[in-house]
Amino acid sequence: MRPAPPPSLPRPSLGYMFDYVIRRVLYVIPIGLGVTILVFALVHMSPGDPLSAVVPPDAPEEMVQDLKKAYGFDRPLPVQYATWLGRVLTGDLGVSVARGREVAAELRIAVPNTFLLAVGGTLLGFTLGALFGGIAGYFQGSWIDKLATSFAITGVSVPHYWLGLVLVIIFSVEMNVLPSFGMGPGGSTAWRWDAEHLRHLVLPVVTLAVIPMGLITRTVRATVAEILNQEFVQALHAKGLLHRQVLWHVVRNAAPTTLAVMGLQLGYLLGGSILVETVFQWPGTGSLLNSAIFERDLPLLQGTILVLAMFFVLLNLLVDIVQSSIDPRMSRQ
Amino acid sequence: MPRKRRLPLRDLLIGAAAIALVASATTAPARAGGTLRVGMTAADIPLSWGQPDQGFEGFRFMGLMLYDALINWDMSSAEEASGLIPGLAESWEVNEADKTRWTFRLRKGVKFHDGSDFDADAVLWNFDRLFDKDSPQYSARMASLVNFRIPSLAYDPATNAKGWKKIDSHTVEFTTKSPDSFFPYQVCYILMSSPARFEEAGGDWNKFAETPSGTGPWQLVKLVPRERAEFVPFADHWDASRQPKLDKVITIPLPDPNARTAALLAGQVDWIEAPAPDAIPRLVERGMVISSNLYPHVWSWHLSRVEGSPWNDVRVRKAANLAIDRDGILALLGGYAIQAKGHVSPGDPWFGTPSFELKYDPEAAKALLAEAGFGPDNPIKTKMLISASGSGQMLPLPMNEYMQQNLKEVGIEVEFEVMEWQSLLDRWRAGAKAEQSLGAHGINVSYTTQDPYSSFTRFLRCDLHAPAGVNWGYHCDEEMDELLRNASLAFTSEERNSWLAKVHTREVDNALFLWVVHDVAPRAMTKQVKGFIQARNWFQSLTPVHMD
Repeated sequence: MRPAPPPSLPRPSLGYMFDYVIRRVLYVIPIGLGVTILVFALVHMSPGDPLSAVVPPDAPEEMVQDLKKAYGFDRPLPVQYATWLGRVLTGDLGVSVARGREVAAELRIAVPNTFLLAVGGTLLGFTLGALFGGIAGYFQGSWIDKLATSFAITGVSVPHYWLGLVLVIIFSVEMNVLPSFGMGPGGSTAWRWDAEHLRHLVLPVVTLAVIPMGLITRTVRATVAEILNQEFVQALHAKGLLHRQVLWHVVRNAAPTTLAVMGLQLGYLLGGSILVETVFQWPGTGSLLNSAIFERDLPLLQGTILVLAMFFVLLNLLVDIVQSSIDPRMSRQ
Repeated sequence: MPRKRRLPLRDLLIGAAAIALVASATTAPARAGGTLRVGMTAADIPLSWGQPDQGFEGFRFMGLMLYDALINWDMSSAEEASGLIPGLAESWEVNEADKTRWTFRLRKGVKFHDGSDFDADAVLWNFDRLFDKDSPQYSARMASLVNFRIPSLAYDPATNAKGWKKIDSHTVEFTTKSPDSFFPYQVCYILMSSPARFEEAGGDWNKFAETPSGTGPWQLVKLVPRERAEFVPFADHWDASRQPKLDKVITIPLPDPNARTAALLAGQVDWIEAPAPDAIPRLVERGMVISSNLYPHVWSWHLSRVEGSPWNDVRVRKAANLAIDRDGILALLGGYAIQAKGHVSPGDPWFGTPSFELKYDPEAAKALLAEAGFGPDNPIKTKMLISASGSGQMLPLPMNEYMQQNLKEVGIEVEFEVMEWQSLLDRWRAGAKAEQSLGAHGINVSYTTQDPYSSFTRFLRCDLHAPAGVNWGYHCDEEMDELLRNASLAFTSEERNSWLAKVHTREVDNALFLWVVHDVAPRAMTKQVKGFIQARNWFQSLTPVHMD
């Protein structure tokens, strides 16, 4: 006869959960407002003239002043902020100074491209990270643990930019088996789910997956090792549970911590990696930010950072809600 | 027993021929020229609405592909210096009685890509677009990109009095602020957009940019921001000699030199601009062709002449010019440059006959410094503003460090303020006296020498210091002003060249800059790219190019 599983904590009532979710959703409002202030202030505090990168150096001062007036950069900063916030609240992120295109339209192209890369990097990084971390934690101290830990440390330590270039040299330049840049023969607007386009995903996804893989390996390893040393695991063994049943309990207990790290990492990946997207000329948000920084395109910079920051805020909200549904202690705190 | 039916040979041949015909009909391109994929150094596709951004690369890979100017650059020869040729204007002449008035006779029968006619009204409309703030087509952004290139044109914003008027449907008269023979060089930067397409786009330049219309030899058929622009030939282009041979050109922004090299080696592009010098041997080893040619560019130190600058002494300026080992710098650049002998190269009609020769002679440099009161125990201390990268800057850090070493050996100690390219340009605009120039005595910005104004006037005329212009170092020499004035009053090319040669001779003999090299614009391409003529110009034409 199998022993009964250990009693778990009672689940919070639906009403309690609902209150928690509403509370967390309401927190998003002041956070969002804070984000807009920070984004605007940081962008405008950076040194340099907002038009210097888009106006040719020989352009006369009078022309520069005309242009400043046309873009509203001649007005006091609080007025500029209020105008921008008002537009943002109606979904208008403004127009790029350098390109003349709507920032929202630029983001509509860039965000799905980054999303594609982030999902690929997430799947690869999380799968390998959870696998290596789980094995390393379970076989703590063994050679498998040392091997997996070495992988993790390497993954966390290797600079993205360098790894991307090395992969390009090996697989594109020397072996000529994978493309070195872009999203496919026709660019992002002609993306299709075929082998030709998927080949363009390989190198940037591998480059992007390395850091989350390393971080998650280390987190999962530490969490699994810690849980395995807890008394309740010994109790489960003592009760005669099968290995896989004990493992299930370990996984459930390790899930909240791992999920939190995964959420943060997914946020980073969705934010777009400037370096990876620049190395591979991937037309995502990282690449957009890079252009905006180099061209000092304030509306594009503000709009992109704001959208990415809000992604992060919403992702954290989602992770909190999922965590609280997995671990009832979270919503009681 | 039924007899096996034999397939007649004739039927087989007909069948094979039919299959071959169908296959060839479905696979053969419409033209025999192929598709050329170009990796540009720009970080984005240049603006396509008429006046491009992204500097002269924007003109090269957008502006002059889609549009023509009234006067074009001749890009048909790799041997001759590139001069001006008729574009949308068949001829132009200055009024003998009043040399501020220019008559331009326009070419007849020219069509925009949208099928509308090009005529005098279109010319006026395009100039209004850049100057007349009351006109619906006025674009402050477009004006900021190009108006400084046509400083001679008369326009009074207070009264809206314009220096352009229609004489008849195919004749336009321009008026300059004062007599100026450089005016035709300035006109060639003003590109003609289609008024009819602007109307179709609802008077919105951003919409116009999506489906632009000019009179140039190429039409834009696809534009993906930050990724690619695709061009096909405009079959009705007015100049049959500039009818493109390619089926399609795709331009791709690849700002990182390593990424451009990798893309070429990986077979993703057929042509890259400005490969890194250290990558060129590898590209050659892999069978790529390197094309290069002298063009109007100079890499120099622009010296400050404000009070307290050590460069106010001509002996110090000459000593610095004699202290630089240009052979060493050439080696650093993989041989892809030409040693400077002045602001323009010796083969240029404006070079003149300077008596001061730029060469590597450290002993002569030391002697000049000693004469000026400096030596090993009393070195000159000076500060330079430089950038880590930038358009036309070649390899600024190693080149500047090499020069720093050369100068130290003769007794000039140089301290660098290294900054990002745009910050450097901000300081260049502000002038040597500005607080943001940090008391520096020189600035390293490479220059075009494409036209007389860009080559000489803007740096040498007394009144063109900040904020009126970019005479960064506040150089002022009345005799030089007089030479420049005479050059601008010379209305035949021989006479003008003669005055400009005098300007350059005086410039070199007074060692007004520290000149180092002229770039030769290396570009790498696969062996399949044929027919390219690298003109001695910042601009290039892709019309003769085809794929093997």
